[in-house]
Amino acid sequence: MSSVNEKIAGKIRSIASSLLESGEVAAFLGYTTGSLPGMMQPYVARDAKEAENLSWSSFCVINLANYLPALLKSFEPPRRPNEPPPEGPLPKVGVVATGCWSRNMVVQIQENQIDRNRVVIVGISSRGMVDRRKVQRFVGNREILSMEEQANFLVVKGKDFEEKINRWDVVRDNCKTCTHPDPVIYDELVGGLSGKRDIPDRFRQVDEIEALDIEERWKWFQEEISSCIRCYACRNVCPLCYCPTCFVDDSRPQWVGKSIDRVDTALFHILRAYHCAGRCTDCGSCESVCPMGIRMRLFTKKLQKDVLELYGFEPGLDVETPLPLSTYKVDDPEDFIITNIKKGDKK
Amino acid sequence: MKPLVVEKAQAEKWLEELCRVFDVFCPVKVKGDLYQWGRLGKKGLPRIPEGVPKTSIKTFFFPQPEVLFEFGARPGLKDAFRLKEPVCEKRPRLLFGVRPCDARSVVLNSMPYEEDPYFQKNRDETTIVGFLCKDGCSTCFCTWTGGSPLGMEGMDLAVVELEDGALFLEPITEKGLGLLEFDFFREPTEEEEVFVKGLREKVNKDAEETSSRLRSKGLMDLYNAPFWQEVSDACINCGTCTFLCPTCYCFDIQDETLRGKGRRIRYWDSCMFPLFTQHASGHNPRGDKLKRVRNRFMHKLKYFPDRFGPVSCVGCGRCVRDCPVNIDIRQVLARMLEV
Repeated sequence: MSSVNEKIAGKIRSIASSLLESGEVAAFLGYTTGSLPGMMQPYVARDAKEAENLSWSSFCVINLANYLPALLKSFEPPRRPNEPPPEGPLPKVGVVATGCWSRNMVVQIQENQIDRNRVVIVGISSRGMVDRRKVQRFVGNREILSMEEQANFLVVKGKDFEEKINRWDVVRDNCKTCTHPDPVIYDELVGGLSGKRDIPDRFRQVDEIEALDIEERWKWFQEEISSCIRCYACRNVCPLCYCPTCFVDDSRPQWVGKSIDRVDTALFHILRAYHCAGRCTDCGSCESVCPMGIRMRLFTKKLQKDVLELYGFEPGLDVETPLPLSTYKVDDPEDFIITNIKKGDKK
Repeated sequence: MKPLVVEKAQAEKWLEELCRVFDVFCPVKVKGDLYQWGRLGKKGLPRIPEGVPKTSIKTFFFPQPEVLFEFGARPGLKDAFRLKEPVCEKRPRLLFGVRPCDARSVVLNSMPYEEDPYFQKNRDETTIVGFLCKDGCSTCFCTWTGGSPLGMEGMDLAVVELEDGALFLEPITEKGLGLLEFDFFREPTEEEEVFVKGLREKVNKDAEETSSRLRSKGLMDLYNAPFWQEVSDACINCGTCTFLCPTCYCFDIQDETLRGKGRRIRYWDSCMFPLFTQHASGHNPRGDKLKRVRNRFMHKLKYFPDRFGPVSCVGCGRCVRDCPVNIDIRQVLARMLEV
């Protein structure tokens, strides 16, 4: 492990163990080292001894905000659906957060999914997480048996090869275009902050698809999702997807068919993306977890671009600014409605 | 049954002949390193990749979806709500290049589906040409689960690729023997026989037989073991493991109607989904993820062996490689064996 990561990991362990030891938190949510090269596993430490298992690397690709609402709930006494929460303070949970994870926590606070007073956030400025698939492609899809991380390089070994890869070359697309690597809310900070990044062409991937004509775009979309097995890993890993019953699971009315069908699969992906509009922070978890390598992050990236252009809004930067699609302002531009009327007038 | 050998050039012609009779499927490169089962495309012998394709062959035995029957769904019309058998004119199927773990999964799935006419019909209509593994990958573990890289269970014809590209063919069943009724073959040479025998001897035969040890464990001891909390903490309850798994066979049934036509379909379900056990009353006996995660492993590694003998896992390693949160069934198995 690189010394950068070792330092961060050591700091996380000491903060977590003192929080757990003092009883300030009931659990600490972080990462532990996985069983495969380049894999990290989300991990819940429930006592100081377990906190020793916490770790950190460039492979922490899952947004931990996703686990928070359920983890907090698991420490509440059981109650019936309409019963009010018990009086007095409820147990707290500690959690590690990079820029996008903390931004999703902000959205969760705004949407009443978590209580800020019940989370102790340990902020870390993200250096960008690595895309395992890019590493895999880099070594010609040969089997990787070990992956060692150095400050700016990855040393990847297989049965009959060893490659030194520039870390930044295999960082995820979303991390490469990230403008806010620093946590926006935190109680403790590990390492320094790196400041806002200016990425002039951060919507380049979306622009390229927008430049295609409508048939080509539809073809691109259809091909992208053609291998979908409807495992819903993209939905389940998303910190924005917390509905008790997802629209795909409803049967009365049934919005979408249950087996593999091109139309149903397309409908699922379109609706999933739209539900994230104005809330998605481009954390990239959906794409990282897809077993089939579908780049569904591009769908939400397009909506992120639209929301920025239409409302001048980026989600999760502060708790006070309301989410654009759950509020109304008299001076909303609403160009997208007016355009059609204008077209009609010209006839 | 006596083995035969087909030279590389002849093998192509043989496959052409087989294509006249069968719909032939093989692992097809979809994009990047992604191999899926697809129809044999261009002519020539397909390259069978080492290891298994991303998706398993269960899609041929449990189609996604399986149409159980069709019906007219417009009340008042003559055929309204009369059940019709679905019309499907398909030729017999041949799966070319099935690895031993996947072939074995068909045998295991056949146990609970012994009396299921849909599964058995699909099995009857399918011929499996297996390719034995000369080289495993670091994430597969068939020998822990009662299989072998050179195992031939579930295959109709077993193939070993020889050094020069020729194929060493061992028919296992009458179906497999039927594939060899052509003039493309010759008897194997002594060297070839020695080569294949050598491969067999290399296989680790001391691999631990886990199913008998699991059967001897107390059911409630495993059920109440403390490690399920830790195993399930990371789980996001997606269906990746169950949908990629060759031996996950659970399904749900639903009626679909569109423009006056209805069909009852059977489609894949996953014990990872809360809806899997949701009762109409609203009660859910597996209401939290710990219970769901535990059920997946207990079903494969305890309930199934208790009922049928072997574990319901062939060690293909798909869930190990593709679980988004790195829940590794090998580690879970090890912990269950420690109980």
